[in-house]
Amino acid sequence: MRTKSFLQCSLLMSAAAVLAFSLPAKAQVSTVQLQAWLNLPTSTSHIGNITGNAKAGAVPYRRFCVGCHGPLGDGNGENAVWLDPKPRDFQLGIFKCRSTPTGTLPTDQDLFDAISRGLDRSNMPIWNTLTKDERADLVAWIKHFSPRWQNEKAGTPIQIPAEPEVTPERIKAGQEVFGRVQCWKCHGVEGMANGPSASTLTDDLGRAILPYNFSDGSRPKCGTSDRDIYKIFMTGLDGTPMPSFSDNIKPDEAWDLVFYLRTLQPHNAYNAKEKQIAKQLGLKPVAAQ
Amino acid sequence: MKNQRYSKFAAILSVLVLVGLGVLSLNQGVSAAAEGSISGTVKLSGTAPHMRGIDMSKDPYCVKQHDTPIMLENVVVGSGGGLQNVVLYISEGLTGNEASAVPSDQPTFDQKGCQYIPHVLAMDADQKFQVTTSDQTTHNIHPLPNPMTGNIPWNKSQPPGAPPIINSWKATEMISVKCNIHPWMHGYFAVVKGPYATSDKNGAYTIHGVPAGSYTVTAWQEDLGTQTQKVTVAGSKPASADFTFAAK
Repeated sequence: MRTKSFLQCSLLMSAAAVLAFSLPAKAQVSTVQLQAWLNLPTSTSHIGNITGNAKAGAVPYRRFCVGCHGPLGDGNGENAVWLDPKPRDFQLGIFKCRSTPTGTLPTDQDLFDAISRGLDRSNMPIWNTLTKDERADLVAWIKHFSPRWQNEKAGTPIQIPAEPEVTPERIKAGQEVFGRVQCWKCHGVEGMANGPSASTLTDDLGRAILPYNFSDGSRPKCGTSDRDIYKIFMTGLDGTPMPSFSDNIKPDEAWDLVFYLRTLQPHNAYNAKEKQIAKQLGLKPVAAQ
Repeated sequence: MKNQRYSKFAAILSVLVLVGLGVLSLNQGVSAAAEGSISGTVKLSGTAPHMRGIDMSKDPYCVKQHDTPIMLENVVVGSGGGLQNVVLYISEGLTGNEASAVPSDQPTFDQKGCQYIPHVLAMDADQKFQVTTSDQTTHNIHPLPNPMTGNIPWNKSQPPGAPPIINSWKATEMISVKCNIHPWMHGYFAVVKGPYATSDKNGAYTIHGVPAGSYTVTAWQEDLGTQTQKVTVAGSKPASADFTFAAK
C-alpha cells in the first residue's frame, strides 16, 4: 500500500517536473537572463533630453502592459488569446513602425512614438495619458526583453528630404511609381485592400493579415503625417508582408508616391490639396497588367 | 618607354590576378590549398510523395511563364531515385581555420517564372549572396530566420528590372524564404559553416576543398530532416559517402 502511494507520488512529481521544464523551454528568454540584462548600461532609453530607466519602467509595465504583452514580454499575456492582431513579442525585437531600414532595430524615439500613438485597428491604445518620463522608462524596459539589444545598436534612421510642394506633375509621377513597383498587387488599384494577393497574406508567424485599406478612413498604423507615410514604404513594416522599397524608389519619387497615396484616402485633415488636384486631373486608377 | 613597360607589367599582373580569382571561384570550398573532396549520391527509398500542383492564377504573368504544370519542390526526385536540393556539409571535424574561411564567390538566388532558382541555396555563414529577379512582376524577398540565432529577418521588394540584393547571414541556420505577393514561392537559404554542396537532379554531389582528416558529413533535406555519416579524407583522394532518405 505504502509503496503504491509512494510510486504514485513519484509519478506525479516527475510529471510535474516534466511540465515545469517544458513550460519555460517554450519561452525563449529566461527570467534569469532578463535580470542580468536589466543591469547592463543598454537598459536605458534616450528620447530627446529624457533618459528612460528600465527598472523604473517595470512598474507602469506591470500595471498597463503585462495583461497583453506578458511578464516575459513575449506577447503571451493573459488577454493575448482574445486579441487579433496579437500583442507584439518583444523578445524577437521586430517592430513595424521604424524610421530605420528593414532588418534593423528601431530607435528609442520610434518605440516612444508607437507607445504614444497606439496602433490603429489593434488593441494597442494611445498611451499619451502616461507621462513622457513613464513612456521613456517603458521604452527602456521593453528593450531589455530582447537579446538583440544586447548585441546590436539601433539602425540609422533613413534620410528624408524636405517635403516639396504638391503639384499635378508630382501626383502623376507618384501614380507611375504606384504602378511600377506594383503596390496594387496587395493594396488594389484604388487602394481598397483588394489586390490579387490581398487575401493570401500572412505575417512572419503565419497568421492572416490584411493590407492597409486607403479608402476606409482608418489611420495608417505608423502615423498619419506625410513623413510617417514616407517612412512606411521606405523602411517596410517588419514582421508583416509589407516590404521596404528603398532600393527601388528614389527619395524624391517617394514624396510623389506619398502625394498620390493621399488621393486614395477619403477627405481628411491632410489631403485637401491632393484630392483637389486629383479631381482636376480626373485621375483614373492604374491598370493592373 | 618606361611607362610602356609599366603598363605591360600591369596588364600581365591583372591577367594573373583574374586567372587566380577564376580558379578560386571555381573551387566552391574553403581554401584553394585543400584538394580533397567528398562525393556521393543522395537517394530516396520508397514511393516519392505526391507534390501538389501550384495555382498561379492570381498573377497572369506567372501563368504565362509556364507551358507545363508546376509542382511544389519540397521533395524533388530524379532518375533512379536521386534526391535533388539536399544540402551536404561538414558538421564536425573542421579546424577553426577551415571553418572560418569564407568563399569570395557570391551564389545567386534568382526569381524566374515566379519560382526560386535554385529552390535551396546553400552558402557559408558571412558569405555574400545575391538575390536577382528575371521576372516582369514585382516580388518581395522575405527571409524568416529566427532572430534568436543572430540572423535578422528583413523584407525587400524587387520590382521588374530591380538591381540584385546583396546580403549575408551571420549564423548557421536553415532559413525559410518566401514571397508574400506570390504565396506559393517558398525556398531556403541553407547557411552552413565550411565546405558544402547541394545535390543535383540525379542526387549527385561533390564537396570540394576538404583538407585531409576525419569528418562528420550531414545531409539536410527540408522535409525529410538530416542524416549524418563519418567520412575520412586522405590527401587528394576523393572520399565517398552515399545517403538514403526514407520516404515519409
